[in-house]
Amino acid sequence: MTGTELGLAISVFLACAVEAVEALTIVLAVGVTRSWSSALYGVGAAVLALAAIVAALGPALTSLPINTLRVAIGGLLLVFGLQWLRKAVLRAAGLKSLHDEDATFAAEREAAAAAGERGGSDIDGYSFVIAFKGVLLEGLEVAFIVLTFGSEQHKVGIAAAAAGVAIAVVVLAGAAARAPLARVPENAMKFGVGVMLTSFGMFWGAEGAGAHWPGGDGALLVIIPSVLLVGLALARWLSSAPAAEAAA
Amino acid sequence: MNTVRRIALGVWDFVVGDDWVSAAGVVVALGATALLAGAGATAWWLMPVAVAALLGASLYRAR
Repeated sequence: MTGTELGLAISVFLACAVEAVEALTIVLAVGVTRSWSSALYGVGAAVLALAAIVAALGPALTSLPINTLRVAIGGLLLVFGLQWLRKAVLRAAGLKSLHDEDATFAAEREAAAAAGERGGSDIDGYSFVIAFKGVLLEGLEVAFIVLTFGSEQHKVGIAAAAAGVAIAVVVLAGAAARAPLARVPENAMKFGVGVMLTSFGMFWGAEGAGAHWPGGDGALLVIIPSVLLVGLALARWLSSAPAAEAAA
Repeated sequence: MNTVRRIALGVWDFVVGDDWVSAAGVVVALGATALLAGAGATAWWLMPVAVAALLGASLYRAR
């Protein structure tokens, strides 16, 4: 496995683990509170919908010319990465509340309990729809990351395997704990994903636009730590800014 | 029509998120890189500079 492939696998694994934790929290809340079978039917339906979307979009992506693909994918990854990184920096600086899976779980459970009695049918519509929506929305992000990372390097297999391992690890941990995975250092993982998406997006976007990086693929070894350092420096600046303003 | 609008808004929210200025900045930076590279100039430096500026500006607005 080359360094770029390893970077791809780590990026996809981290991003998919974060999304899987969020989806699992929603499914656990409606499963515990209302109906496990209906929640699992919702998960199954969402997985089928995701498979159809990936099957439709995957071949279309890989048939595009390489430079067009690089600019489009690089741009999308960069827009996505900047969103992740901005939120992670704001959380690290204490300017945005940390994502609390326990609080999310409690809120979902309360909403599920308040949603009224189940109807006469075997399927609980509320559990089905909430589990379906949660898994579909988080799964779309996973599918997007797998397709973009994988198709750019023609390594959809590696990206899909990394995503599968991440989802399996999260689901097994969730099944063992039967509770939200609140101990997962989610913001640190999101920071890492933001750094990777931004770095790869910048690298591929510039290459697709016709630029040549010094050192070729080796430039990523400089780009990734540099983006990380800029993110950490910005978080430090933001966390010290209110104190400086107050002292002035 | 309502469904189409909701789907379009969902796609916009999914891709662009809550900071359209950064998304527009990425498009402009990629275009400028293509122009520089097309003119035969060294263009790789532009994206890192643009990304640092876009992230800094986005955080400054959000703080």
